[in-house]
Amino acid sequence: MMNTAMKNPKNMIENFELYAPKLVSKEEFFSPGHRACQGCGEALAIRLMLKALGKDTVITNATGCMEVISSLYPTTAWNVPWIHVAFPNSASVGSGVEAGLAALRRKGKIADRRVKSVAIGGDGGTMDIGFQALSGAMERGHDMLYVCFDNEAYMNTGIQRSSGTPFLASTTTAPAGKKIPGNQVWKKNLAEIMVAHNVPYVATACQSYPIDFMNKVKKARKLKGPSYIHCFVTCPTGWRSPSETCIQLGRLALETGIFPLYEVEDGKYRMTVEVPEKRRPVQDYLKGQGRFRHLTPDQIQTIQERVDIEWETLMIKVRNSKSKEELRAPRAK
Amino acid sequence: MGKRVGMEVAIASAEAAALCRFEVAAVYPITPQSHVAEHLSDIVNDGRVDASFMTVESEHSALSAAVGSSATGARTVTATSSQGLLFMSEVLPIASAMRLPIVMIIANRAVSGPINIWNDHSDIMPMRDTGWISLFAENGQEVVDMTIQAFRIGEDRRVMLPVNVNMDGFQLTHMVEPINMPDQEEVDRFLPPYVPYATLHPDRVVSMGTLGMPEIYAEAQKSKDVAIVNSIHVIREVWKEWEAQFGRKYEPIQSYRTEDAEIALVTMGSMGETAEVGVDELRKQGVKAGLLKIRLWRPFPFDELKKAVKGIKVLAVTDRACSFGGPGGPVFSEIRSALYDVPKRPKIVNYIIGLGGRDVQVEDFTAMVLRAAKGKLSEPYEFYGVRG
Repeated sequence: MMNTAMKNPKNMIENFELYAPKLVSKEEFFSPGHRACQGCGEALAIRLMLKALGKDTVITNATGCMEVISSLYPTTAWNVPWIHVAFPNSASVGSGVEAGLAALRRKGKIADRRVKSVAIGGDGGTMDIGFQALSGAMERGHDMLYVCFDNEAYMNTGIQRSSGTPFLASTTTAPAGKKIPGNQVWKKNLAEIMVAHNVPYVATACQSYPIDFMNKVKKARKLKGPSYIHCFVTCPTGWRSPSETCIQLGRLALETGIFPLYEVEDGKYRMTVEVPEKRRPVQDYLKGQGRFRHLTPDQIQTIQERVDIEWETLMIKVRNSKSKEELRAPRAK
Repeated sequence: MGKRVGMEVAIASAEAAALCRFEVAAVYPITPQSHVAEHLSDIVNDGRVDASFMTVESEHSALSAAVGSSATGARTVTATSSQGLLFMSEVLPIASAMRLPIVMIIANRAVSGPINIWNDHSDIMPMRDTGWISLFAENGQEVVDMTIQAFRIGEDRRVMLPVNVNMDGFQLTHMVEPINMPDQEEVDRFLPPYVPYATLHPDRVVSMGTLGMPEIYAEAQKSKDVAIVNSIHVIREVWKEWEAQFGRKYEPIQSYRTEDAEIALVTMGSMGETAEVGVDELRKQGVKAGLLKIRLWRPFPFDELKKAVKGIKVLAVTDRACSFGGPGGPVFSEIRSALYDVPKRPKIVNYIIGLGGRDVQVEDFTAMVLRAAKGKLSEPYEFYGVRG
């Protein structure tokens, strides 16, 4: 999909009004009235994800912000079947849901139609404590989708550093101190690790590109087998950024090349949202956020250089990768 | 009326689960449970039961997947041991809070350190307070029977709780025993299909595992306690029905030669059979000895215990686990507390025995009884036969 928003923002809004009812279901499966912060990118992304998934879905939610803000007993924001068990195991619970539904359907104990098991978690619940469970569930080949909503730290417990936290960001356990300026290592690339699991579909997404995200969710839903979407979501509270910049920050993450949006289908990489040829400097993205306020020009330059390398690495994959189907073709002849 | 077979007990437990037509098995292998895991997968892969076998990547995921599948309404079984049970511990109280009737076959084994693969009860004891119904089998027959009973008890609408069936690692799991294996038609008659209360399905949308604030958390805990306390009525009922159908009697506490006993041993699990021989020996020597065997650990059978100890002057409670720095072994402290308000209660002493597979023989039981009869126990508990 072309990034028309950047080329002509006005057009995008007009187009959106015209086409939105056709593109986006009006049905709400994530009800308003939940307790998410103002400008929460994750709550928005979940709402969009559910619109794309539709009613025949079971959600397994790892412990984290989304479970806390949406399920305060006796209320619930979920209009699809939903289960929360613990922090590290949404992938394994979701795989059990899939196995249970499959067995019951096979035996004619429930309606004979496909209900998709979708497990979700934050970056901590997915990239750290839930990493093993995720790897197992993806490797076992369940017909399930896992969506990681990555807001780059343990926001629910108070902005502690996770393996999703970007280089030099200040968090409450990797603070910008007098000697050590925030998080000392580069963000773990979980989407790549999922590609290495040989699952049929891996994608990155962001709440600021709703149609792109929803298309990816629809694709993953349709596909039989395991799939993984890494959804980058803004957290105004944890990023120390104004609530109203939620969408803007997601776009800047893309336009600077910090968080490119792509998909890997059957091993083949494809950019799904175009990034301007001359990427914006990372400074544009970093400057609006309190977690990067302490950065010196040198440090920003270091980040820029690393982003450039990551970008080129990805571009090589986009240019050269072939799907398994394509690789199979020559030998068959 | 079933078939008498010679079968390894671990394999028999999996056969019993198969007779219950489980729909999902999520199991991670660990010694000495591994034959259960292997045989469950044999059963599924040979198409003997229409089920999904999940080769999960850890015990934490085994129980998590079991929670997920049970929440869809599928009859679910898992099995573990020792470190595996400890690794599951995060999910144990959640499974019972969600009122999911998962059945877990536990091959009881010592917990590390030092690492030890042999039998004692130090794995299940720390899990005592997680809200699971806990049954202890003495032999292979009881393992088979209790596995089938476990589904029936847990799935009863008046119960709706997970159940674990404890069998001693190696002493039971790896023994080939004569077992009356019920046939499918008999088990089908005893165990109706599981009718869940609420399930994860879009036809009837529910949220499970929601956030409980201080205003509701305590009520949630109390309701779980009420459920497990009341489950004893259903357990008694199910056991009566089992006896009527299969002719084998089950009681929460089984007494052996206690009618005129003055001193009685208390055991749980496979040691009961050895202790019986010990009691017979003592009787030959003129000692009025008896034996109480606990089959139901949770909910604890307080009424049955009070009845069983009537007339007994000394109770020698054996424990196969420690409560470090506590009042004695877990079974002992439970029994002492249970009998505190009984006006004519026996003197209660505690032997911690059989840790990490240490052999306990007939002579050990007779020696423990004779020593306790003489009142020769200065401490509230004693590590019997342990150096240092």
